[in-house]
Formats: sequence, C-alpha cells, structure tokens
Amino acid sequence: MTSWQRFLDTFFNWPVIQQYLPAIGKGFLVTCEIAILVVVCGIALGLTLAVIRAYRIRPVNALIIVFVDMLRALPPLVLILMLYFGLPNIGVDFTGFTTVWLVLTLVLAAFAEEIFWAGMLAVDPGQWSAARSTGLSHSQTLIWVILPQAVRMTIPPLTNRTIAITKNTALGMVVGVGEILNEATTAQAFSGNASPLTAGAVAYLLLFVPVVYLGRRIEKRFAWKKA
Amino acid sequence: MDQLLEQFFNIDLMIQAWPIIWRGLGMTLLLCLAVIPLGLAGGLLVALASLSRRRWLRWTTAVYVDFFRAIPPLVLLIFIHSGLPFAGIRMDPFTAVCLSFLLNNSAYYGEIYRAGIESIGAGQTMAARSTGLTPLQTMVHVVLPQAVRNVLPDLLSNTVEVVKLTSLASVVALPELLYAADMARSVTYNASPIVMAAGIYLLLLWPVIRLLSRYEHRLGS
Amino acid sequence: MSYGALEVLKGVDLTMQAGELVFIIGPSGSGKSTLLRCCNRLEEPRSGRIDVDGEEITAKGVDLNKLRQRIGMVFQAFNLYPHLSALGNVTLALRKVRGKSRAEADEIGRAAMARVGLQDKTDAYPAQLSGGQQQRVAIARALALEPKIMLFDEPTSALDPELVGDVLAVMQQLKSSGMTMLCVSHEMRFARSAADRIIFMDQGVIVEQGAPDAIFNHPKQERTREFVSQIGH
Repeated sequence: MTSWQRFLDTFFNWPVIQQYLPAIGKGFLVTCEIAILVVVCGIALGLTLAVIRAYRIRPVNALIIVFVDMLRALPPLVLILMLYFGLPNIGVDFTGFTTVWLVLTLVLAAFAEEIFWAGMLAVDPGQWSAARSTGLSHSQTLIWVILPQAVRMTIPPLTNRTIAITKNTALGMVVGVGEILNEATTAQAFSGNASPLTAGAVAYLLLFVPVVYLGRRIEKRFAWKKA
Repeated sequence: MDQLLEQFFNIDLMIQAWPIIWRGLGMTLLLCLAVIPLGLAGGLLVALASLSRRRWLRWTTAVYVDFFRAIPPLVLLIFIHSGLPFAGIRMDPFTAVCLSFLLNNSAYYGEIYRAGIESIGAGQTMAARSTGLTPLQTMVHVVLPQAVRNVLPDLLSNTVEVVKLTSLASVVALPELLYAADMARSVTYNASPIVMAAGIYLLLLWPVIRLLSRYEHRLGS
Repeated sequence: MSYGALEVLKGVDLTMQAGELVFIIGPSGSGKSTLLRCCNRLEEPRSGRIDVDGEEITAKGVDLNKLRQRIGMVFQAFNLYPHLSALGNVTLALRKVRGKSRAEADEIGRAAMARVGLQDKTDAYPAQLSGGQQQRVAIARALALEPKIMLFDEPTSALDPELVGDVLAVMQQLKSSGMTMLCVSHEMRFARSAADRIIFMDQGVIVEQGAPDAIFNHPKQERTREFVSQIGH
C-alpha cells in the first residue's frame, strides 16, 4: 500500500464511516440542540441584563458587573467540571447536557450583556434628550429609540462571539454528553480507525461554516447609515 | 448552605491540594508562554498572506482562516492528539496542544491583524512609498506600528481567550491547572480544588477583563 | 446650577409673555444652553423655581413626562431617530405618550410636517434628508404635540449656510402664528428682525436684556457693548 492509500485508509475509510454515521448523526442533532438552546437563552438573558443595567440601580449594577466579569474570566470547562462533579454532592443532579447548556448560556449571556451595553452607550446621547423632551418616559425611550439603534450596532460582535461560544458544545464530551465529538471518539476507539474523527470534524464544519456565512450576511443586512 | 461550603469551599482540602495545583499552574503558564507568541507570530503571517497580491495565496489563506475558525478547538486538539498517531505521527501532549493552538489562534489573531492593517488608510502607504521605502519597510515601519496600536484591545481580548483555552489541554492529560485540579477532585470527591483553580484563573484574568471593559465603554460612537 | 465644582448658572431670573420670541445671545460658556435645558429639566437646577404655563415644573412629584409635552425642544444636532421615517419620528410620542392610534397619530403628524413644508417627505428616512430638512422634521416632531412654548438650542449652527434660511422661515411662521419661543442662537440678523426681546448672558448671569434695537444699537453694559461690537452685523 502506498502512503497515500494508507492515509486514505486511516482517515477516510468509507466502510468504517458508514458504520458509525448513524451515531455521529445523532451526535450532530445533540450538538445542534445544545447550540440553539444556548444561543436563544444566552442572548435573551444578556439583553435582559443590559436593559436592567440601563436603569442604573447601583447595587443591582454592581452584581451584574461582578457576574459578567467572572463569566468572562473563567474557562467554560472549569465551570462545567465544577458544577458537574460538585452539584450532585449537594443534591442537585444535573445531567451533562444540562450542565453544558447552563454554563454556556451564562457565558454567552455575560459576553452578550457587555456587547449590548457597549451598543447602548454608543447611541448618541442626543437621542435620549430628544425622546425625553417629547415626553417619552425612561422605559419608552429605552424600548423605542435606544434599543433598536443599539441592537443593530451589536450584530457583528454578537454573531462572532455567539459562534465562538457555541463551539464549546464540544466540551460536552468531557462530561458524557452524546454530542458529535463524543460519538466520534467512541467510534474511533471501537473501530481502531481515525475515520470517525474525520467524520466528526466534517460534521462540525457542516454545522459551523454555514453559520459563519449566515453571520456575515446578517451583519451586512443590518448595516444602515446613521443620519 | 453548609453543604455548599463544604463541597465547594473546603479550605482544608484546598490547602492539601495546593502543591499539585501549584505545579499545574506552572504548566499552564509554560503553555501560555509557548502558544501566545506562536499565535501572535502566526497570526501576523496569516494576515500578511491574506493581503497578498497573489490571488492563490489570498484564497488559500481565506479557506485556512474560515476552516480553523469553524472547527471547535477541542476537536482539532483531539484530532491531532488521538487521530494523527493512526497515521504514524506521534507527539507528546504538549506538542499536540501547541500545534493545535497555533493553527487555531493564528486564524483568530490573523483576522484581528488584518482588520488593523486595513484600517490604516492607503494614504500612509502612498506617503511611505513615495519617499522610497520598500513595501516591506513600509509595512514594518509605517503600517504595522499603527495597525497594532489600533487593535491592541482586540489582541489583548483574544489573548485572554487563549489563556482560557489552555484549560482544554486537561482533556489530553497535560498536567496543567485544570488537570491538576480535576485530579484532586477525583481523589477527594470534592469540587473545592476546582473552585481554587477557578480562583486562580480569576486572579490572572479579572484585572485584564476589567481593563478591557473600561476601554470598551469609553469608546462612544 | 452647577456641574460638580463648576457653577454654570449663577442666579438667573427670567419671565416670558405668551407669544414672545426671546433670543438669548452671549459668548460660549455663558450658560445659555444650560438655561434653556433647565426649562424642560433636561438639566436639573440646584435651586430655584421654574413655572411653565402657570404650573411649577420644579415641584416635587410633578409628572415630568406629561409636562414635557407642553414644552417643545429643537436641538442643534437635530437628534432625529435614524431608524424611523420622518413621519415615524414625528408620531412616536403621539402614539406612546398620548396613546393615539396609528391612524390618528399619522394624521396629526402629516399636518405638522405640512406646517414645516415637508408634506411629501413623510416616508423618507433622516439619512435621505438634507440638514435643513432634518431640522424642520425635528421642529414638526415638537409641534405635533401642540406645545405652549418652543425651545430652540442653536437650531441652525450645524447647518450649511444655504440651508439656514429654510429653518428660519419656519421659525418666522411659528412666530407669526403666535407661538411663544425661547431661542439660543448666533443668527443676529434674524434676532434683529424677529425677536421681541434679546437677552445677553455672560458667565452664568443675565447681563442685559431689552428690545433688539436697544441691545444692538445702544447697549448699556460694557460687556454687552464688547460682545455686540465683536460679532458685528
């Protein structure tokens, strides 16, 4: 066998891949599930925190800032292991799936809050003056004038950050979640062949490359000129 | 409440685990010392390649960047560490980590550098070339210094991510901080060592995060 | 009132009659804009009292949002909402604060836009309008709420010279229709021709006030004389 054939046999062994395709397909669905849940919950929570911050209630803001700082400074894997192994000993039984979802949601929420907050700060203060001078209340100004403008500014950094964080779904492997990487490494161990790993990598690419392109399209669509 | 303290903030266990944690921290710092400069240098090369006049180079770089930004870092690491041996390429965990980080980080740093370089108006290059500087000199003495200064916060922010990323090395049994903490955890059935490791990460990274946060907020429109 | 250690307004007494157009002039830093912004409490005075249309707006527990509808404000930077059309800008407060239906609000909004001469620009977005048009939309936005008094904070300072005339024409119309107006501006010719009273401010106090002829031609105070001769006209 030539080197090339050996290479193909090691990494692109079709029969082996076929054998484990269903398992990897299941893993793909699990990865998608976690990713979607994390994105929806994380961004919603992040936006909520940023809006609360706009009311400038000092003690609450201090809490938010501490929360966000911590979640930006800690590696997600540390949090996942801490909760996955620690919580059962105090009676809280989270599955690996729930733990990964929870940690990634909180991390995304923290980054999203900072991005939304920066967006709100970047809105021209004149907008507040104008809206308040026509009698709109603080909340009304926030909802109808400030947020629409702030959110549009945040789309590029937000899509980048979201993609980076949802890739961490692969960490689920460490706590037994049946996502792509877990299925791929298990298959690799059973088959004694690296092709399932290749299949797993391809599965991730199938998921994330379109997402990256989608992100760029969304960015372009939301770029509108300031008056 | 007591249970919570006992499970997560058990001071005695933390003190007991300190020696291994300390060694783990050393490995983490060593890793950082290796992968951060590698990533920064690699990123610069990637950025320059992506702005090259040769179309094939630009195109290849674009594919490279998109690929290594789409692949989760852990997948890349496992592939290099557990997959390559099947092709006869064996390497110790440290090298595997360095290689996968180099590939991953050069893509991210590359994009940051590129944005920085593109933000320097063509006028600068025109002025420099018109005084006789070569393209390389122009890049090194005129464009890059300004570009790097412009994207310093992003470079710093990405570096924080790299430090956090070193925790992945624990998955391939490299005895860095998280690995050490998790070992201690598995022996004691108590999560306090991991909490201590978390505390160390906070100590290292919180000041940088605070700094970055302030800078981000100071930027108005 | 004061910003931290800097006291911007050092004691100002001002009374206006309905239908008056009062111009405030003075060097930068004299506190003119601050005084204006106190009138609808966008700046909070540290002490003192402000009454608008018979109601004290500095009283405790007053419904500021409701009161602000009776005070229209036009800004130097226009401050139009970029994500809404011109009509959307004008009707937002009508819908959210007055609770009007979209149809009612649109009707009122179109009327206001017609008053400033922009009836066919209702669907345009701020980015598509010239500076003068944007400022006129801003005026319509304030007018739609039928205010008792309009405050103008350097309304033409950010405009190219050829667009200034359009905005001043609208302001002249408003004056003729009997609107009470308080205006901070450098437009001296307009002040001369249209203002009922000129107020000269310097370093946080009102130095002198009177009819345009008095202030421009026979200023009584030294500082007023200096300022008037500097600006020429």
